[in-house]
Amino acid sequence: MSSAVLQVEGLHKAFGGVQAVADVSFAVAAGEMLALIGPNGAGKSTCFNMLNGQLSPDAGIVRLEGRDIVGLRPRAIWRLGVGRTFQITATFASLSVRENVQMALYSHTGRLRSLVRRFGAAFRPEADALLEQVGMFDQADRVCGVLAYGDLKRVELAIALANQPRLLLMDEPTAGMAPKERVALMELTAQLARARNIAVLFTEHDMDVVFSQADRIIVLDRGQLIAGGTPEEVRSNPNVRAVYLGSVH
Amino acid sequence: MLTRNRLLAGTAALVAASLATLGLAGPAAAQAPIKIGELNSYKVFPAFLEPYKKGIELAVEEVNAAGGVLGRKIEVVSRDDNGNPGDAVRVAEELLSREGAAFLIGTFPSNVGLAVADFAKQRKVLFIAAEPLTDKIVWDSGNAYTYRLRTSTYMQTAMLIPDAAKLKKKRWAIVYPNYEYGQSATAAFKKLLKEKQPDVEFVIEQAPPLGKIDAGAVAQALADAKPDAIFSSLFGPDLAKFVREGQQRGLFKGVEVFNLLAGEPEYLDPLKEEAPEGWYVTGYPWSEIKTPEHTKFLNAYQAKFKDYPRLGSVVGYATVMSAAEAIKKAGSLDQAKLVAAMSGLTLMTPFGMIQYRPIDHQSTMGAYVGRIGVKDGKGVMKDWRFVDGKDALPSDADVQKMRPKN
Amino acid sequence: MTFSSILIQLLNGLAAASSLFLVSAGLSLIFGVTRIVNFAHGSLYMLGLYGAYSLIELFGRTPLGFWSAVVLAALVVGLVGVLIELAVLRRIYRAPELFQLLATFAIVLIIKDIALFTWGAEDLVGPRAPGLSMAVEIMGKRVPAYDLLLIVIGPLVLAAIWLLLTRTRWGALVRAATQDREMVGALGVDQAKLFTSVFFVGAVLAGLGGALQIPREPANLELDLAVIADAFVVTVVGGLGSIGGAFLAAVIIGVAKAFCIGMGSVTWFGVEISFSKLTLVVEFLIMALVLVVRPYGLLGKPQAAQRVAAEPAPPFKVPSWGFALVWLALLVIVPWVTDRYAAILLTDIVCFALFSVSLHFIMGPAGMVSFGHAAYFGIGAYAAGLLLKRAGLPMEAALLIAPLIAGAFAIVYGWFCVRLSGVYLAMLTLAFAQISWSIVFQWDSVTGGSNGVFGVWPSPWLADKTVYYYLALALCGAGIAFLWRVMFSPFGYALRAGRDSPLRAEAIGIDLRRFQWAAFVLVGALAGLAGAVYAFSKGSISPSTISIAQSTDGLVMVLLGGVETLTGPVVGAAIFTWLRDVVARNTEFWRAVIGLVILLIVLLFPQGLVGGLKALVMRWREWPA
Repeated sequence: MSSAVLQVEGLHKAFGGVQAVADVSFAVAAGEMLALIGPNGAGKSTCFNMLNGQLSPDAGIVRLEGRDIVGLRPRAIWRLGVGRTFQITATFASLSVRENVQMALYSHTGRLRSLVRRFGAAFRPEADALLEQVGMFDQADRVCGVLAYGDLKRVELAIALANQPRLLLMDEPTAGMAPKERVALMELTAQLARARNIAVLFTEHDMDVVFSQADRIIVLDRGQLIAGGTPEEVRSNPNVRAVYLGSVH
Repeated sequence: MLTRNRLLAGTAALVAASLATLGLAGPAAAQAPIKIGELNSYKVFPAFLEPYKKGIELAVEEVNAAGGVLGRKIEVVSRDDNGNPGDAVRVAEELLSREGAAFLIGTFPSNVGLAVADFAKQRKVLFIAAEPLTDKIVWDSGNAYTYRLRTSTYMQTAMLIPDAAKLKKKRWAIVYPNYEYGQSATAAFKKLLKEKQPDVEFVIEQAPPLGKIDAGAVAQALADAKPDAIFSSLFGPDLAKFVREGQQRGLFKGVEVFNLLAGEPEYLDPLKEEAPEGWYVTGYPWSEIKTPEHTKFLNAYQAKFKDYPRLGSVVGYATVMSAAEAIKKAGSLDQAKLVAAMSGLTLMTPFGMIQYRPIDHQSTMGAYVGRIGVKDGKGVMKDWRFVDGKDALPSDADVQKMRPKN
Repeated sequence: MTFSSILIQLLNGLAAASSLFLVSAGLSLIFGVTRIVNFAHGSLYMLGLYGAYSLIELFGRTPLGFWSAVVLAALVVGLVGVLIELAVLRRIYRAPELFQLLATFAIVLIIKDIALFTWGAEDLVGPRAPGLSMAVEIMGKRVPAYDLLLIVIGPLVLAAIWLLLTRTRWGALVRAATQDREMVGALGVDQAKLFTSVFFVGAVLAGLGGALQIPREPANLELDLAVIADAFVVTVVGGLGSIGGAFLAAVIIGVAKAFCIGMGSVTWFGVEISFSKLTLVVEFLIMALVLVVRPYGLLGKPQAAQRVAAEPAPPFKVPSWGFALVWLALLVIVPWVTDRYAAILLTDIVCFALFSVSLHFIMGPAGMVSFGHAAYFGIGAYAAGLLLKRAGLPMEAALLIAPLIAGAFAIVYGWFCVRLSGVYLAMLTLAFAQISWSIVFQWDSVTGGSNGVFGVWPSPWLADKTVYYYLALALCGAGIAFLWRVMFSPFGYALRAGRDSPLRAEAIGIDLRRFQWAAFVLVGALAGLAGAVYAFSKGSISPSTISIAQSTDGLVMVLLGGVETLTGPVVGAAIFTWLRDVVARNTEFWRAVIGLVILLIVLLFPQGLVGGLKALVMRWREWPA
């Protein structure tokens, strides 16, 4: 498993007396799209937040390219090469699309501390290239606060790619988007991930997206992994069927 | 119809007009009145300063009715300094450079008075501080250009000392508003009483923030210390609250109380029938003073304003009278001559003759010392006597030690 | 202290706490639901006192007269609150955050002058409560019966509010709105009606708090500002929107004050500590302590995500070189074509311009509101004065070192402040400012105490007012230009990014607190520069340079000009300073006039002056010529 970009072993988290995540282990390889699915309240978000540093696990190991990242702050994890998108988009609303991406590029190169240089001047071509890739170049000068939701998701993707990540963590990347847009965004993501050899872990509600775009799927129910494998394997797994049929979705 | 161009023209006219007001005031014509620049914290201390302003108006009227000075009428140009030294220095400059005021008078709080005094020194213009009580303005921070009219903290405290020492009370409690005036009054009181009565003990000191006394807690703390007597320099709302709480809690039973300023109508009148009987105070028993100079002032004041004068009225009146006399004596508006004229200047005020002492520029205006009584549901001063200011000042040697040479 | 005095001081503290609680509860309710920092709350309290006084005179000093006057006064004040809400605040709910503060500030000025006009300048001492004017003997000490009644009224009102909030539909709406304002709007509740009713209840509580003080406190014109600061402290210490928290905080602060007084002076290890003098600042010490340990107050909860702006703040535009040069040229010429005084007024204006631009930098791009920005202005001023007078440094050196000292204080204060957010952060800055103020105010031997420092004049070559004005223009202009430049630097963008989305900033590796901390230090130093320049232009420094009033002036300038524009704070500083100069000179009721002018600006230009003018320019271009 040394080729795994992200390796998770025995992850535990409890809130009060409630076991939110129990003994979860999995791995994501470079260039692979891994979907984490499960019904509402299964512990997907908790799991995610332990990977990105927002929460610290009660027990377990999270390795990024062999390095233990448990206890690190989100910004430190980002510096190790992890890009993120959020369930509810988080962009800098008063900055333009291009400036949003430039911001990530500045931060990546550690040049944000300058007091006198003009912000707009540096990293313009790099930012434009990223925006080109996610199809947002034509809106580069618009302020993020006025963008349509689907476009914001694309901007987030461009931001997430700015530090040349080894791993992308995408929490509900298509939530709030029209069905057609959803598939398009995840196709784009898959394409970029494969081209750049990035490992992608995403949670998703839309099963069409999951089964058409994921290389592998793992299923979480009540804090525990109940299944894992290729889309076909998961589709035919009786446990999964029970969970999803049992809970009206 | 209002079009763009018409609006533009109108705006231009408006801008021009306001620029004109921002610009120069025309140079004063020879026979125009002599302007005296006056600044004070009218909106911060209205209870004292509204009567003060009336005193000023009365004095200006009288001076001009008598033919003015140097053959010209006088005019007092007033500004509000907002109780803030920074603003005070700005309006002082405005009075001098834009209004063409001959010199400056006024101010109430100590910090504003001291700031304007220092400004006067820098600008080399005469400043007659009307009301600031701080001792520093004539002593530690005294300067050649600043004179002060009102009976200072030290003087008023010293006036109470004979009565305090006579009582031979051993345990004293002290309460004062926590800023310079209260601190100075306390320091002066302790020093002077100790000199007269070496075995005196100061058992407790309370320094509530100005205007924010927790009167119940303070009264209780004083009572717990079981004092024989209390020295207070509270005034205004703090005083009213202290009096009421102290009375309800029995603090003043069998305890003698001395309170600076509490006999001034500004602070005594609001207490009405609850005025604390028997307290030793400094103040202004306006209805009972029968000297000719005061009667004349009182009649004129009541005729003009249909109201009785407060201490502030006397201060405002005497300040303008001092300014007018100084100009007369100097015979010109030259600053050096004006400053020289102030030194040793004597004049008649409603409180009798006063002199601006050459040694420290303090006027010898006195104050009334007595005890509070209640008459017809109102607080009054009884058993009062007038103490001349010159009898309440430290020795010349002491003054010289305190005052910087300049 | 003996046991009996401890008990009595406890009762005193509880009585004080009751009145504190009533005002604070109203403030907390209003803030919780409307997110308005209601500066005028203290004025409503003051009106309650004045109103009760007049009504008692009218009804007669009988128990019935007294109590009906108290209740009626509270209700009348409630109506005044409704009037304020309907006539002013309702029109500006959509304005940028905190803009309503400007409107309530104007209302404070207006109410104060109305009170002066109506009731006169003299303090009005009301009657004791009929039937309750006696004292009750407790352990050999006398406690006023009315104090005991107050001790009971506090918890009674708490219980009443609690019932109102938990047992009525109105209460449920208020609680929901306190937690999430958007949600209530989304649920189809008539928000306008809810706000008006909350304002009514809040104002009634303020009025009641004031009216109940009639036997304990003379009605006077200083009450509004004396009360408002305390009420804010209690509200924040308790946790915004938490009525129970407000009660707890009021009790803690009331009792702490009583004990400070009760302990008097104590000698520990040969050092005499005057606890009585500590009453000057004790509530702010408590607030600083509470906020450092509990960033949302004692019983507060983290606020639901800050109000999402309906429209994003437009990106700032850099003024063009031509624009800047024209203005600079004008500013250089003015003293030549007018008089000496113009240079003096302009010196004030440029100092305040830098002060307000530095405040704007931290409020606008960095998203951290400061209610205590005067701390750095004042520390800069004092540092300059003390370096000159006490350390004997040349004036030029003092002027240049002073900002560094202000910056050094900002390092300490900022470290704590950046750990908080929103109003809590703002109130912590206020606490630090007040603590600095009280030290300056008390430390006579060094700072000159309440009198301040004198003889702080510039070197002879700068003594001429016009020359000094040019120096001030150069230094403050450079400071402003520098801050504007920084706003467009990577550092400035990082701050804006952090303001827009702390979550995203963290997720792209930005250590936001570090940037915010650095921003604090930067603006602290530049506010300090403004203070130092100001000090030498006045020749003296007093504690008022660190006062709440100075901090408020800064806020007013920024908001008046417009937070969302770059030049707004400069225009705001100029207009406000100029207005005060002109209006205070020409009218007796100048405070009310300034209040009305501000109110007019608020209603006509809810984006601030500069923002409003920009909108006008847009229309202008479409107008027939």
